[in-house]
Amino acid sequence: MSTIEVSSVKKAYGDLQAVDGISFTVNEGEVFSVLGPNGAGKTTTIEILEGLRERDSGDVKVLGFDPWKNGYELHKKIGVMPQGFRFFEYPTPREAIKYYADLFGVKVDVDGILRKVILEDSANTYFTKLSGGQKQKVGLALSLVNDPELVFLDEPTTGLDPQARRAVWDIIRNLKKEGRCVLLTTHYLEEAEELADRVAIMNKGKIITLGTPQEIIAKYSSGERLLVRGNQTLVDYLRENTKLEVRFDGNGLITILVQQKHDVLIALASIEQSGLEWTDLRTQRDSLEDIFVRLVGEPIEERAEVA
Amino acid sequence: MNFKRLAADLSIFGRGYIRSRIGVFFALIFPVILILLFGAIFSGGNSGPITVYIQNQDGSNQISNAFITALNSTSTIRLIPVDSSQNFSQYLLSHSSSDGVVIPGEFSSDFVSGRTVNVTVYGNPASTSSAIVSGITRGVVSAFNLKRAGGSPIVGVHQLSIKSQSYKYVDFLVPGLIGFSILTSPMFALVNISSQYKRDNIFKQLSLTPLTKTEWLAAKVLWYVVLTGISFLLMVLVGVFAFGAQITLSLGITPFLIIGPLLFVSLGMLVGTVSKSVESAAVVGNLVTFPMMFLSGTFFPVSTMPTYLQTIAHVLPLFYVIDGLNNVMIYGNYGQALLDLAVLLVLSVVVFSMAARFFKWRED
Ligand SMILES: Nc1ncnc2c1ncn2[C@@H]1O[C@H](COP(=O)(O)OP(=O)(O)OP(=O)(O)O)[C@@H](O)[C@H]1O
Ligand SMILES: [Mg+2]
Repeated sequence: MSTIEVSSVKKAYGDLQAVDGISFTVNEGEVFSVLGPNGAGKTTTIEILEGLRERDSGDVKVLGFDPWKNGYELHKKIGVMPQGFRFFEYPTPREAIKYYADLFGVKVDVDGILRKVILEDSANTYFTKLSGGQKQKVGLALSLVNDPELVFLDEPTTGLDPQARRAVWDIIRNLKKEGRCVLLTTHYLEEAEELADRVAIMNKGKIITLGTPQEIIAKYSSGERLLVRGNQTLVDYLRENTKLEVRFDGNGLITILVQQKHDVLIALASIEQSGLEWTDLRTQRDSLEDIFVRLVGEPIEERAEVA
Repeated sequence: MNFKRLAADLSIFGRGYIRSRIGVFFALIFPVILILLFGAIFSGGNSGPITVYIQNQDGSNQISNAFITALNSTSTIRLIPVDSSQNFSQYLLSHSSSDGVVIPGEFSSDFVSGRTVNVTVYGNPASTSSAIVSGITRGVVSAFNLKRAGGSPIVGVHQLSIKSQSYKYVDFLVPGLIGFSILTSPMFALVNISSQYKRDNIFKQLSLTPLTKTEWLAAKVLWYVVLTGISFLLMVLVGVFAFGAQITLSLGITPFLIIGPLLFVSLGMLVGTVSKSVESAAVVGNLVTFPMMFLSGTFFPVSTMPTYLQTIAHVLPLFYVIDGLNNVMIYGNYGQALLDLAVLLVLSVVVFSMAARFFKWRED
């Protein structure tokens, strides 16, 4: 049984179709990341899965429960860190964790959780006095109190300093190691690439593509490129003497698109034959970031043609 | 209802409440300041004897002295003698007083010889104290006339005291301000909390835990019942020891100290949840709270207000809290108190169920 099963889910706010018929499954023990620009519908999706919002149509099963109808049962088994977490003003992180433990009726190692999210130093500071990142760490800490099988993290690292972000990454890796399933939304592609087993890229309420980071790169990458530094004369020489597509940024960086392995040899031979100056030869592949920018940066129809 | 969860929520809320200090000030300290203030302002007017200046132009002679002694024997007025050389009306003016009595020079001789003689009473016709002075003087004059005529009284006055005559303003002030605190502290807090928690998605956050709406609401009610209990003790102590308030403490008070906070926690919750924003919640909250604060008998007994305001008072929920407290603590009228309680119960059920209905953990 999959941990999360979503099929044809829709949700509109008035005229705005925030989630427009999405389907995906998340497998047991998987770290699944939803990537997308602001307003893509990530939070709406994740809140539908948590049972905080009612879907207009479609089917959702989370750990076997319908989250809207059986939220109360489901909530005992999941941990949630909402986007922009806020809490009562006056408890300290220590008290907040204790409060959650009492509500869930569980015994917890409060210090252990504080250490896990690197919050020991502010353990006794009132919530309202904590910095933005520290407040978020409280949210993360609370999502772990009930020893959840499945953890939802809505932009857990937005606004964190690099060290804290790495710490959150470590927490997520540990959650995976402990066999828990994590659903993570993020704007940071490196984060998805770093952590996620599979990624769904969302835009305007739709999932544009879904797969492992490598699959997505392989599918949408515009191929490998050969980069070399040189001048306009070299560019002209290459364009005249090869059939390769050559781009020039006007500032010394030449990009040669490589369709097949053989193209690399042709390019290299041609550069050598020209007798012109060149430096800094290297190859480059699309990163998830390039693909993301390309996918959400241009109309989807156009993209479909190219692919 | 799980009491461990309720206790956990009560504890975190109570701690936050105490730490923020502002709530404690308005719930416990502010009503005490009010009772001290209002008690001090209004206790001067009614109690204490009326000062009356008296000029005896008859010198010191037995009959005029007997007249003065008779005047003095009532505790209602306090006589201050004025030297007979003074211009009396001038003297009164310069002492900012309008109440005075002058015994003429021939008082004793005329009394003995049976000639008509008048005692002059100075007074301000608009003032009740002048009317009292005049009445007392006439009483003493009648007694002297009767004695002079050698008669004995036929019609006497047999005086009984009914408790209602001894009510003082502060007696009403104690239940009134307990009502004030029952209204204001939960109302302002819950309007604010519920709109703010909604804005900050804290209710959503709580909905992800096993805590239920009812447990959450019950914890708030419980907190305000405890707070009301403390406020009640403070008001009674200050009222009784600082102003000698005459109030009866009985178990009949308890239902009002429980139902009151329940009602206003629910009402505050209702206002906070149906409002679109924190700001509009505050406005609506004030619109609901302020008329109730002034017109329900908090600072002045409703019976002293004009009739149309009394009619308005009867539709305000707080009126039934204060009226009930008055009936138990002052009049000992338990029948009426039960009626008040019945009205409150119905109101609470209605408001509580509306609050519970409109109050959502999560959106849809
Ligand atoms: N409660 C709501 N009422 C009306 N519109 C809403 C509501 N919540 C979200 N929206 C709209 O739905 C769209 C999707 O919002 P959502 O919060 O799901 O985006 P997101 O992908 O999480 O964005 P971000 O990266 O900025 O968090 C947005 O255009 C937003 O304005
Ligand atoms: Mg979001």
